[in-house]
Amino acid sequence: MTTAALDDTATALAAQDLSVRFAVAGHKSGLRAVDAVSFSVLRGETLGVVGESGSGKSTLARALLRLVPATSGRVLIRGVDMLALKGAELRAMREHLQIIFQDPLASLDPRMSVAEIIAEPLREFRPTLSRAERRERVLAILGRVGLLPEHLQRYPHEFSGGQAQRIGIARALVLQPEFLVCDEPISALDASIKSQIANLLKDLQQEFQLSILFIAHDLASVRFSCDRILVMYLGRVMEIASRASLFAAPRHPYTLALLQAVPIADPLRARARRATPLSGEIPSPLSPPSGCVFRTRCPLAFARCTAEAPRLRRVGDSDVACHRAEEMA
Amino acid sequence: MNEPLLSVRGLRISYRGDTRPLHVVDGVDLELAAGDFLGIVGESGSGKTQLLLALLGLNAGARLEGSIRYRGEELLGAPEGIWRRLRGAKIGMIFQDPMTALNPYLTIGTQLTEGARRHLGLSRAAARQRALEMLDAVHITEPRRRLDQHPHELSGGMRQRIVIAMAMICEPDIILADEPTTALDVTVQAQILTLLHELRARTRVAVVLVSHDLGVIAEVADRVAVMYAGRIVEQADAPTLFSAARHPYTEGLRRSIVPLEGPLPARLPTIGGLPPNVAALPPGCAFAPRCGYAWERCDTVAPPLALVSAPGAALAGQHRTEQHRKACYYEGPLERLP
Repeated sequence: MTTAALDDTATALAAQDLSVRFAVAGHKSGLRAVDAVSFSVLRGETLGVVGESGSGKSTLARALLRLVPATSGRVLIRGVDMLALKGAELRAMREHLQIIFQDPLASLDPRMSVAEIIAEPLREFRPTLSRAERRERVLAILGRVGLLPEHLQRYPHEFSGGQAQRIGIARALVLQPEFLVCDEPISALDASIKSQIANLLKDLQQEFQLSILFIAHDLASVRFSCDRILVMYLGRVMEIASRASLFAAPRHPYTLALLQAVPIADPLRARARRATPLSGEIPSPLSPPSGCVFRTRCPLAFARCTAEAPRLRRVGDSDVACHRAEEMA
Repeated sequence: MNEPLLSVRGLRISYRGDTRPLHVVDGVDLELAAGDFLGIVGESGSGKTQLLLALLGLNAGARLEGSIRYRGEELLGAPEGIWRRLRGAKIGMIFQDPMTALNPYLTIGTQLTEGARRHLGLSRAAARQRALEMLDAVHITEPRRRLDQHPHELSGGMRQRIVIAMAMICEPDIILADEPTTALDVTVQAQILTLLHELRARTRVAVVLVSHDLGVIAEVADRVAVMYAGRIVEQADAPTLFSAARHPYTEGLRRSIVPLEGPLPARLPTIGGLPPNVAALPPGCAFAPRCGYAWERCDTVAPPLALVSAPGAALAGQHRTEQHRKACYYEGPLERLP
């Protein structure tokens, strides 16, 4: 699963040894936000990317879309390396890749009406459409995301967070992209709205045959939405596994820690398990630990973890970067 | 219940609206005794934050009616001097973003000792000693070094521990925590919840924790009040609320959580519609427009917070605010979703 053939039609997107490094004054090697990450997203699949703040998950997503420059590696889409494209070719490719953000209100231009926001990608990429055709497409996607024609003339500030996220989804899907990045799309929403938007995204994925990269900071939100899950820590891949194996048999101690940290909405079970939570916090990416980057918080760490960074390898049903993955069953 | 520390009765908080006053909190009763851990669940517009601010006398520009008594003393309409004596001393607070509570220009030591010097009248040296003890109590490593550091030198989780230490340094009776873990990573959230639980057990401080996250509430609270559009719509002890909720809104919230194990539904159960707009509440039950169980009566008169008809809903010696109560006319089983 770490590499994909250039012409593999089942693969929507493949990242190969993707690294993003930021220059930081006083640090010669810079900050490695994403460090040699490889994965693929199959057509019609949702791949979850989970990690705490500082894990590099948002930088990874932005590098795929070339919103931040990658330092090395390849991002293959339709057999083409996204990172090598320039000018008109890059622009043409962008049509197929869209993103929705965590804070829907912050990602919508407050001076544009909903109609203008949703029509903007059409104006940009389908300039030959007539006004009537454009309106028709806007109305179609508007209905699909659960908004009403009367909303078209309103402005973003008139909407609640959940409705604003629907506007962001409509804008992202109006061009019928193949690949959608969802950067914590439901984290900032009210509890009663989260499940509405999660259901909507799932429906739209099936209808549009979308391939999705779904970023989240906790595992609870990806269990419903994702087919496979990639767990990141300090810019590295810790584990990639199908939803079923990741939740039933996590192979990386960090995955297990994330699972145990999810609050359980059942007081009796929550208190029965009150274990010692994972200690400490994610270290600064400016000075990552030697060897395995997780070792400073890992209950299983031993000498080898300091000396040697574990490579991603197959253990059970997971691809996992841990020297002791076999003991995690 | 022991002698109450805090009694809130019929609290109504109103702001001037365009055409009529907006009641952001409307008729809330609460009772808090030493060692209580009360969770308040609510979404945007539920009034949960306004309620907490009222317990600190901090709702600028609002009109408050009802009663807030601290150890029998009426605080509503009390002069600012009384509030200042309580705030930070008897009633500590923890907010969502630790950086809003910390001054970026001052060292941790200066900020931590300020309350102890002002409220407890400690000398500089004694306050510093007390600060070190508090840093130890919230499990901060290298406490001596931390005192001379500035907030930006610490991680988010450590900052929130500092804020908790600041809130606890005067040995308050009550800690008010507004979404204290929402801005933190899940692993750090688990640490902070464990810490709050531990501090409550050790010092018998009463904690009110406000969160939109039912999971967080379930982890730590003993009693839970669910707020919707400015009112408590259901209250019970935590095990009851999470196993036998009787309000369609509570049950809807509970079911919309994705389980971490067991079968996964093809679609998540949802509560339809939008969160309430306090500027345009319906005349009856505010939840009725989103409720699958609503009937005519719900649209005319808001249901009172009444005792549920279930065994154990009210126990002998229990105060009204400890009983299992719900503000809903529907008495049947909650089989389908709201």
